[in-house]
Amino acid sequence: MHNPQLNANGELTHLLSIEGLPREVINHILDTASSFLKVSHRDVKKVPLLRGKSVFNVFFENSTRTRTTFEIAAKRLSADVINLDVTRSSTAKGETLLDTVDNLVAMHADMFVVRHAASGAPHLIADHLRRLRRNDVHVVNAGDGRHAHPTQGLLDMYTIRHYKKDFANLVVAIVGDILHSRVARSDIHALTTLGAAEVRAVGPQTLLPTAIETMGVRVCHDMSEGLRDCDVVIMLRLQNERMNGALLPSAREYFRCYGLSPAMLALARPDAIVMHPGPMNRGVEIDSDVADGPQAVILPQVTFGIAVRMAVMGILAGN
Amino acid sequence: MTTFPPHPNTLMTEKTIPAIDLPDAEAQCAELAELIRPRLQADTVLVGIHSGGVWVARRLRELLGLGNEIGLIDVSFYRDDYGERGLHARVKPSSIPFDVEGRPLILVDDVLFTGRTTRAAINELFDYGRPASIQLAVLADRGRRQLPISADFCPWRVELDPSQELILSAEANGRLHWSVAASA
Repeated sequence: MHNPQLNANGELTHLLSIEGLPREVINHILDTASSFLKVSHRDVKKVPLLRGKSVFNVFFENSTRTRTTFEIAAKRLSADVINLDVTRSSTAKGETLLDTVDNLVAMHADMFVVRHAASGAPHLIADHLRRLRRNDVHVVNAGDGRHAHPTQGLLDMYTIRHYKKDFANLVVAIVGDILHSRVARSDIHALTTLGAAEVRAVGPQTLLPTAIETMGVRVCHDMSEGLRDCDVVIMLRLQNERMNGALLPSAREYFRCYGLSPAMLALARPDAIVMHPGPMNRGVEIDSDVADGPQAVILPQVTFGIAVRMAVMGILAGN
Repeated sequence: MTTFPPHPNTLMTEKTIPAIDLPDAEAQCAELAELIRPRLQADTVLVGIHSGGVWVARRLRELLGLGNEIGLIDVSFYRDDYGERGLHARVKPSSIPFDVEGRPLILVDDVLFTGRTTRAAINELFDYGRPASIQLAVLADRGRRQLPISADFCPWRVELDPSQELILSAEANGRLHWSVAASA
């Protein structure tokens, strides 16, 4: 089957989703990231790999944090970075997504980093570029709808590999609003591809997608069952707007059942690590004592995220 | 060292390598160490280029009895052919475990050929700081430079066809040896 992320030689040319990425490609990205990690510790935090290339951050949905990490990563590769706030400019004037892309290609863009509220938007752009025969222009998905957030998934894998070395015997619990989370989907695909022993989806029925078992996870509606003896806990952000709908009774109720308190964390293995993609809601999904505690690796995730995004852009631009 | 033209009756394939006598790489390391020794300063550090250069640098450190740790660099992020080749080979982290500011450095590689790897390595080193000096030590110099670069220390100058690759490998017991293959 044709994989839209790979070129004719089977090399990564766009990063749209972790689903369908071969294990070797994921490992190649993680290995390359570990070399880039050292660059950020140097006097000159830059390598000349993407010198003269133009990376366009095209964010149809606001996300200062993610946009900034991509911007830092591209700048450490010496690329020129152009940030477009499309929501406030062309799209607001009625331009279609592909017209925006055509305009940026006419400005000699080399890479698009795309965030869009609609699942599949980066895929549409990649398809469009293929029809234009512009295989020298690359697309990175920086989060599309509820579909995927592959660089977050990869940085989570980098973090797990950094602390746990090997995936083979790992039990990983993903806790919270999995229904609305593209991070959770990317993590689940990555963990299954890398061969984690068990992935648990933990949350109330209303926040788990139907038929999530078909992704190869074990569903736990009970938090203590979900956390027991696990090696890695990935907490998801509970978006405030979910509180207003009919999905949850109240923030306090949610925290009582699914919040990560020190007592809950004690059920996991003593060397379990706690991850969170940020931004955190302290007291809603995670207790401050855990977030600031010795098992939290939330800030290292941010540091690794830069190196992983450098690796993705460095690999794509060379293919 | 000379290469022999193929015998007219021999059917040559691209893979066939004319036999040349390859010297003992271990003996050359010893020779290289003696070339370097008189020019050593108290705070000289060696920096090996992955992967052959790192093996040679480790050997030189032993032979010269240097106390300092050696630096390792992988020039993948600095290569000038990234546009054509991309980032394929496994990149190893560069590791410069000392302050390069004001230090005399000796850059170590196995083979000096076009000079492009050396150029990339020098650029990378300057991103760690401003060394007092950089000298270049190599086991073999193949000539055919494409940049104004020359080795300060080199025990072996060898003429090979550009289509041939001179490869330094480490055996299981750690011994270094040379081989010649057709370029990929």
